[in-house]
Amino acid sequence: MEAAEVSVGTSFRRRRREQRFRRLKRDKWLYILLSPGLLYFLLFKYVPMWGVLLAFKDYQPFLGFWSSSWVGLEHFRTFFQNPDFFMLLRNTLVLSLYNLVFFFPAPIILALLLNEVRLSFYKRTVQTLIYVPHFISMVIVASISYVFLTTQGGAVNEFLYTVTGRKIDFLANPDWFRPMIIMQTIWKECGWGTIIFLAALAGVDVEQYEAAVVDGASRWRQTWHITLPAIRSTIVILLILRMGTILDNGFEQIYLMMNALNREVAEVFDTYVYALGITQGAFSYSTAVGLFKSVIGVVLVLGTNWLAKKSGESGLY
Amino acid sequence: MAKRYRSAGEITFDVFNYLVLGIIGIAAILPFLFVVAGSFATEAEITKRAVFLVPTTISLDAYRFIFSTDTIVRSIGVSLYVTVIGTAVNLFFTVTMAYPMAKRYLMGRNLILNLVIFTMLFGGGMIPTYLVIRELHLLDTLNALILPGAISAFNLIIVKNFFQELPAEMEEAARIDGCTELGLLWRIVLPLSKPVLATFTLFYAVGHWNNFFSALLYINDPSKWPLQVMLRQIVMLSQSAAGDLSSMDPNFVQPPEQSIKMAVIVVGTLPIMCVYPFLQKHFAKGVMLGSVKG
Repeated sequence: MEAAEVSVGTSFRRRRREQRFRRLKRDKWLYILLSPGLLYFLLFKYVPMWGVLLAFKDYQPFLGFWSSSWVGLEHFRTFFQNPDFFMLLRNTLVLSLYNLVFFFPAPIILALLLNEVRLSFYKRTVQTLIYVPHFISMVIVASISYVFLTTQGGAVNEFLYTVTGRKIDFLANPDWFRPMIIMQTIWKECGWGTIIFLAALAGVDVEQYEAAVVDGASRWRQTWHITLPAIRSTIVILLILRMGTILDNGFEQIYLMMNALNREVAEVFDTYVYALGITQGAFSYSTAVGLFKSVIGVVLVLGTNWLAKKSGESGLY
Repeated sequence: MAKRYRSAGEITFDVFNYLVLGIIGIAAILPFLFVVAGSFATEAEITKRAVFLVPTTISLDAYRFIFSTDTIVRSIGVSLYVTVIGTAVNLFFTVTMAYPMAKRYLMGRNLILNLVIFTMLFGGGMIPTYLVIRELHLLDTLNALILPGAISAFNLIIVKNFFQELPAEMEEAARIDGCTELGLLWRIVLPLSKPVLATFTLFYAVGHWNNFFSALLYINDPSKWPLQVMLRQIVMLSQSAAGDLSSMDPNFVQPPEQSIKMAVIVVGTLPIMCVYPFLQKHFAKGVMLGSVKG
C-alpha cells in the first residue's frame, strides 16, 4: 500500500516536472528575449545591492571585497557621532521642506489656472512654453544661473547695481543657496508637473459643473467642491512619492551649485557620499552613509503609503 | 456650453488668469532668449547694458572662438555617439524584456516583475555601483555612459503594460498562420507600438544628451567628456578649454567672457530645441501612459 502511494506521488511530481519542462521549451524564445534584460538587472542593480555589505566591512582595495575584514556597525557609529551627520540631516530636511512648501503646490495651482482657460489655442501655447525647461539639462540650468547671477558682469547684479548701488553674491552667499535651488526647481519642473494634474482634471465629469451652475455655484465654489476633490487622489499619490525621496535632493543640481563658501548649507547625503567615496576613496564609510539614506527612504515610502491607505486613499501598492 | 451671464468678478478673474499664464509662459523661455541674444553681443554692447533681448550688432565672434579648437566639437561628438548608441541599446533592452513580461502565461513572470519593482524602491547606491563598473573595466569608457542605464525600470513597466493591452486575437491569428515568436514581435507588436516607442526613444535620447552624473562619476579622461561636462568646465569653472586666440587671424579680438559662455550654453541647448517640436507632439501621451496603474 505505502509503496503504491509513493509511486502515485512521484509520478504526479514527475508529470508536473515534465509539464514545466514542456512550457519552458515552448516559451524558449521568450526566455531568450528576456535574458539581456535580466542580465542587466542582475549585474547593474542586484550586484550593487549585495555590494552594500561593504558598509559593514573595512574595504581595502588591494584585498578586494572578499578578504576585507568585517567591522560590523563601526562605520555607522562613526557617522552618527560625526558633526557632519547633523549638518547633512539638517540641510537635506530643510531643502525637502522648502520643496514641499514652495514647489509641491506650484504645479497644482498652475494646472488649476490652466484648467480655467477656455481658449484652447491659448492654453496649448502656454503649455508648450512651460514644458520646455524640463528638457534642459541641469548643467544648462546651473550655467544660466551662473551667467546671470555672477558679480562679474552678471545681468542680475548689473541691474541691482544700477538700482541700489550694491551687488549680491548669490552664488557664494549661504543665505541665498536654498532660495536659488528652489527657484531653479520651480522654473525647471513646475510646468512639467502640471501634466499629470491636467490629465486628472480632464477626467472630471462635465455634468457635475453643469449641475453646479444650475445650483448657482460660483467659479470658486466649483473649484472648491468639484475640481479639488477630483484631483485629491493624484495629489496624495504624488505626495507619497515625494516622501520617499525626502532624503534625495537631486545630486546634480546641488553638486553644481555648491562651492566652498556655501557648503555648510549645501552639502547633502548624496554630495557627501560622492566627495568621500569617489574623490577620497573612503568606500566603506560612504557606502554606509548611502545605505543609511536608502533604508530611511524605503521606510518613508512604505510608511506614507500605509498612512495613505489608512486614511482611505488608494495608495501606491 | 451655452452662453451665460458672467459676473464682473469672473471677467476680472479671466483677464487676470490669462495675463498671469502669459507671463509664466514667457518666463519659462525668457532666460534662453537672453542667453541667445548675449551670445551674439560684442564687448561694447555688454559693457553698455547688462540685459537685452535684441542685440544692436550681431557678432559671431563668440561662436568662431569656441569652435577654433576641437574641444567643443569633440565633446559634441561624444554626446552624439552616446545619445545614438545609448538610445538604441535602451530600446533593444527595454523591448526585448518588456515583450516576454507582457505574457501572463510565462512561468516566473511575477517573480521577475517583483524583482524589477524592487529596484525602484531600493538600490545599492553610488559607491557599490561605481565599484561594479570599475570591476567590469568600464571606467573611462563610453560604455560606462550607456550600459549602467540600459533599462529604466519605470519605462519598462509602461512598455510592458502597453504590450499587454494589445489585442490577443491578432497574435493568435498570426500564430495560426505560422508566425514565429520573433516574427510576432517584429511584424505585429512593434508596428502597433510606434507611438509608445517614439515617446521612449525621445525620452531616452534626451536623457543621454543631458546626462552629466554618469560622466562625472565614470569618466576622468577629458577627451571622453560629453558636452554637459565640458559645459560645466567652461561656464562654471571658467576653464577656457574652448577657444585658442593663436589659431585666429591677428586682428581677431577675444570676445567678452560672458558671450563666450552664453555661446557654449546655446550650443548645449540647441539640439534639444531642435527636437522639441517632435517631442512635444508625443510626450503628453507618454506621460499619460505612465499614470495608468497596473
